[in-house]
Amino acid sequence: MSIPRFWREIRQRYKGIGTECGVCNRVYFPPREVCPDCGRDSLGDMKEREISGKGKVLTFTEVHEPMPDFEILSPYIMAIVEMDEGVRMTGQLVGVEFDEVKNGMEVEAVLRKLGEESPSGIIYYGYKFRPCR
Amino acid sequence: MREVAIIGIGETKIGELWDLSLRDLGIHAGLEAIQDAGVTGDEIEKLYIGNMSAGRLINQEHIAPMIADYAGLEGTPAVRIESGGASGGMALAEGFMAVASGMNDIVVVGGAEKMTDVGDVEAKDILSSTGDREWESVFGATFDSLYALMAKHHMDVYGTTREQLAQVAVKNHYNGARNPNAQFQREIPLKMVLNSPAVSTPLGMFDCAPLSDGGAAVVLCPVEIAESYSGKPVRMMGVGMGSDHMAVHDRQSIDTMKATNLAARRALDMTGLECSNMDFAEVHDNYTISEIMAIEDIGFFNKGDGGPATQRGDTALNSKISVNPSGGLKAKGQPVGAVGINQAVEAVIQLRDKAGDRQVDDAEYGLTHNVGGTGGSAVVHIFGRWSP
Repeated sequence: MSIPRFWREIRQRYKGIGTECGVCNRVYFPPREVCPDCGRDSLGDMKEREISGKGKVLTFTEVHEPMPDFEILSPYIMAIVEMDEGVRMTGQLVGVEFDEVKNGMEVEAVLRKLGEESPSGIIYYGYKFRPCR
Repeated sequence: MREVAIIGIGETKIGELWDLSLRDLGIHAGLEAIQDAGVTGDEIEKLYIGNMSAGRLINQEHIAPMIADYAGLEGTPAVRIESGGASGGMALAEGFMAVASGMNDIVVVGGAEKMTDVGDVEAKDILSSTGDREWESVFGATFDSLYALMAKHHMDVYGTTREQLAQVAVKNHYNGARNPNAQFQREIPLKMVLNSPAVSTPLGMFDCAPLSDGGAAVVLCPVEIAESYSGKPVRMMGVGMGSDHMAVHDRQSIDTMKATNLAARRALDMTGLECSNMDFAEVHDNYTISEIMAIEDIGFFNKGDGGPATQRGDTALNSKISVNPSGGLKAKGQPVGAVGINQAVEAVIQLRDKAGDRQVDDAEYGLTHNVGGTGGSAVVHIFGRWSP
């Protein structure tokens, strides 16, 4: 991945910046220019909104055949998390054993290393989820 | 709008075809279809090719004119259509529109994919790029895992069981064992699916379709002139397409493919037929859960009844609705961008009564369902037996 391709999403991946529709107040992550529900009424009315990072596990899976970048973590847990703002996000679930994970489990987003281009290349950071303490 | 017929079909065997290039796959299938139809090269007014990712799989873009060139059709308009795994079905929809609109009379639609010139890990990575690269795969979500998330949710919400998922694979291998072009021509016991190594829980290796090489092609023309060619015609009665949020997590419901639902509704509305009129369906079973969701979201079964219906045997060959008589992606194989055309080829074989041991008795109408990515796009076609 080129450096700008990762760099331009840094605010979203590091800080969880999404958008909120000024018409219906629905929250989106990553940011959208148009609200899928409100269409053109929302144009110019989408406001930046930071996601709290707290949510509940909606569903999850244990990955046994990862992509090469994630080989070292195998097996690992991927989950879809429903955030307190209502928006859903996909991410790894860490700090918990697979057989301890339950639907509805309260989790929070934490900044973690996702991978690296090469030993001397750029390092990708982003969010993962862990159980709330 | 004119009515459309398919007058010729061709397909390669599906599998790990080490001695055939993408070019060969497209041409072998195309020439077979042209011969079957009995059309001449001069009559062909347009060529559409469904293909997911030649650029990444063989470092070759712009493949439609390349295939036209080697098929002896240089000069003929040739365009590639891409919609992930639905590339073939979407290309067929474009071909349908070219004929139905009156713009073209004879149109060839092909699909081809060469998956095995890269290693299987790379091939899976390329396939995963039909999901949302920036907001799913970057975080570690494999293509398998996105379908596993749908499967887990479907099980939690509707009580779908591991055995019901596995039964999809058992059924499709039974049908594939009766298809000479299928990649896997052997039956498998339920236990083998249940005990297969975990890929992404709850899905194991035998819940996943293979990544295959293959090519397929069909020849389209208006119904009025269909009988003037040598290939026995089949009617292409309905076409419907749909789309949905790219990322699984953004979908209204994680266990439902809205794109499938919309595509099926639109295709059926075009024909005036209902699901109950269909004798068979070729659905996009890239994973076992996909078939269960498909038969619900198309409308053959109520939401949540896909698993029990499969277990009851309602989707077996010559039961309530014969689902994937060809063996589906699971057993016939998954040459990704060709799948939609492979499905159309099976529909024509069935409606010509040429399916041998896997023939659906008295088949009058059939439906094909082709999905792009994790459900970001879908296309449904409806076919009918020829009656002059």
